[in-house]
Amino acid sequence: MSSRIPIVPESTEPLPGLGENTGLLSWVASIDHKQIGIMYLIGTLFYFIVGGLEALMIRAQLARPGSELISPEMYNQLFTMHGTTMIFFVVMPFLIGIGVYLVPLMIGARDMAFPRLNALSFWLFAFGGILLYYSFFTQSGAPDVGWFAYAPLSEKPFSLNNGPTYWALGLLVSGIGSLISGLNNVVTILTMRTPGMTMRRLPLFVWMILVTSFLLVFVIPIITSAFAMLLLDRLLGATFFTPSFGGSAILWQHFFWGFGHPEVYILILPAFGIISEVIPVFSRKPIYGYEFVAGSTVAIGLLSLGVWAHHMFAVGLGNVANAYFSLASMLIAIPTGIKVLNWVATMWGGRINFATPMLFATAFILEFVIGGLSGVAIASVPIDWVVTDTYFIVAHFHYTIFGGSMFAIFAGVYYWFPKFTGRMMSETLGKWHFWLTLIGFNMTFFIQHFLGMMGMPRRTYTYYDMPYWGSMNLVSTIGAFILAISVLVFIWNIIVSLRKGEPAGDNPWNGWTLEWATTSPPPVYNFKLVPPVRGRRPLWDLAHPEAPDEPDAKIVTEGRNG
Amino acid sequence: MEALAGLTYYTVAISAVILGIIAVAVAVIIIRFRKKPGEDGEPHQDFGNLKLEITWTLIPVAIVAVLFLLTCSTMRAIDPPSTDRDPDIIIIGHQWWWEIIYPEAGVLTANEVHLPAGRPLLARLESVDVIHDFWVPEIGRKIDLVPGHPNYMWVVAGEPGVYIGACAEFCGTQHANMRIRVIAQPEEEFSKWLKAQARIPETPAAGIAADGAKIFQDVACMNCHTIAGTPAAARVGPSLTYLATRDTLGAGVLTNTPDNLAKWLKNPNRYKPGSLMPNMKLSDEQIKAIVAYLEALDEQ
Repeated sequence: MSSRIPIVPESTEPLPGLGENTGLLSWVASIDHKQIGIMYLIGTLFYFIVGGLEALMIRAQLARPGSELISPEMYNQLFTMHGTTMIFFVVMPFLIGIGVYLVPLMIGARDMAFPRLNALSFWLFAFGGILLYYSFFTQSGAPDVGWFAYAPLSEKPFSLNNGPTYWALGLLVSGIGSLISGLNNVVTILTMRTPGMTMRRLPLFVWMILVTSFLLVFVIPIITSAFAMLLLDRLLGATFFTPSFGGSAILWQHFFWGFGHPEVYILILPAFGIISEVIPVFSRKPIYGYEFVAGSTVAIGLLSLGVWAHHMFAVGLGNVANAYFSLASMLIAIPTGIKVLNWVATMWGGRINFATPMLFATAFILEFVIGGLSGVAIASVPIDWVVTDTYFIVAHFHYTIFGGSMFAIFAGVYYWFPKFTGRMMSETLGKWHFWLTLIGFNMTFFIQHFLGMMGMPRRTYTYYDMPYWGSMNLVSTIGAFILAISVLVFIWNIIVSLRKGEPAGDNPWNGWTLEWATTSPPPVYNFKLVPPVRGRRPLWDLAHPEAPDEPDAKIVTEGRNG
Repeated sequence: MEALAGLTYYTVAISAVILGIIAVAVAVIIIRFRKKPGEDGEPHQDFGNLKLEITWTLIPVAIVAVLFLLTCSTMRAIDPPSTDRDPDIIIIGHQWWWEIIYPEAGVLTANEVHLPAGRPLLARLESVDVIHDFWVPEIGRKIDLVPGHPNYMWVVAGEPGVYIGACAEFCGTQHANMRIRVIAQPEEEFSKWLKAQARIPETPAAGIAADGAKIFQDVACMNCHTIAGTPAAARVGPSLTYLATRDTLGAGVLTNTPDNLAKWLKNPNRYKPGSLMPNMKLSDEQIKAIVAYLEALDEQ
């Protein structure tokens, strides 16, 4: 029966564009989730290059002690903008963007629930970024108070320039975009699933986007309010965060990390989702322990709301508060560990094709475990008192955000590029990209664990000429430049593959989720006919009618799973 | 600090074991479960195992429990609750230097903390501007200096010697050059030092040093700095009463020699760009006189 249900046939015509008009207007005016998704990806690639160049300047300055390459003022602007850019304008919008592209396809929907809001989200992201970067062209320069903008340093008496104002305004604008996109995803996933796609059959990527979207809805308002209060302080003379006038410096930290810690899970959960799609397909096995991978995501989402003050162990909150936040933070290791073990178990006994997406996914596991373990270490208060604000922390969060999120993003790009464009990416260039990234990344950041333990403070434009510090920093800087070369290879791969890549066909990786059941790229309307969903792997069930995942499942053809 | 060593040891050991297990598993997978040429069809489809899931949930729960208990006991050992007693030292953060006060002895100094080796002192930490963080790895935990929220910490140096530290919370342009020197001395030497610092120096009566004393008051040095026993009592910049006894200038940017002091006075921003000390456009003669004055205060 199932074999007679037609899948969208492979196109014999030239690859279809999106919409009838393919000019610039068709993009600017688009409310198609795929075009908006692509615009997100292009936008984040741009900011990735900008943020990367800022990182290279930072590493060039730190290559030796006492370097005078970059002035302290400029250095402070660079590390502020590097952090702000990579978090708010690269990793977060990339994951939102790839979610916007894939979620409707994966749940068999025509588009997002609110296509116009979807476009609004994107344009708020784009203009928020422009507003932030415009500060570089003003007389006072870019913000220079760190991506965390601790009050009262970010307040008027101590930052008379307009940098922090641009910072708060730009992030406020793009933050509202993220909030709207979170709402849009929640409604889309809860109400627009194709018949048969129950919550228990939802692809794990969609599960993780769902949890992330709830987090966005809960925590963006916290930081938006804090931005508004900071702007009131700076522009209208309010004193929320200025202790000399009765405000509280610590209050800002509670607001910032109340948002900021769930934010790091906003950066990693969709990455977990990508990994949970890539590993099964390339191992040729279903995900091991689906319920536990999905359930642990919900647990991480809930716990992440109650751990923010582990960023504040040195503030002097008292040992009772410290102990609570220490325990809550350590608890997150449990659901995270469950995920890692299930990924490993998925690979175990598989017949693994180590194509580029799988290489990045495999490396992701190890890099992320390192970042996770150092995270447990610094959740322990006395260890945090030693290593916080040192390069150990820089190493730790780059292992989670680069070794974690970015490796998953690369895996995702290589995996879905054929779907987005109809062409495969070059495997040869992909392998070059992978190995250069792996070497460059570990060379840059692993050694920083030791620099941190040896006491090198972070956020300093110069450092003591202590034994080994100079040479260790030089190694780190060389690693950063290798990483830069790997990014060039990646961009070259995109350019070459867009023009000359092998045609991909509908389902080049033999994937199982619904996005592989339509053409590459998908037509404007996504599916002529959505295949029946009677298990977690609809395309497996179609290809293996003799051994479907849920042999007893009935085929539902009517009604949405609202 | 012994408790901390134990905690660190266990944490590193547990982490190494976990990373080792995952790394070995991944290595085995790469070798054993790579698709080999000629292999066709799909492998056995395995959906999971409830017992295994429960096992690898409970083991991390146990590990977390152990680490958490160790954390709590270490935290108490490092940071015993301070009683209601008055602090022995007050450390006040400024952009970008440290003001050090010994309230009982009435000593006001800067950037260099003297401690009696082996005897813990209770420090109160405050800030007059933005958040700073006092951190000398060998003598205590890291702790923030938060404006409007004084913190307390026990500081103790085990052995006599010089310990290096720095501000650990980003505090603006010259965060990098907000360094700390802790000089731990045997008890007797420490009390001698304290007594010497508390003494009020005599203003030089004649010679170039006397000219320097006059210039110090005329060209507005005194608007920001203190010299005990003179009308100069401002605390915007560091107290200069016994500047000559300190090892460094500008919170660690230069070694304290008369030559370097002259260079610093000529243009502080050359050595500490962004420093709040303005270039007073002093002539070389004026600088010479001021240096002579500041050096002379220590020579009586």
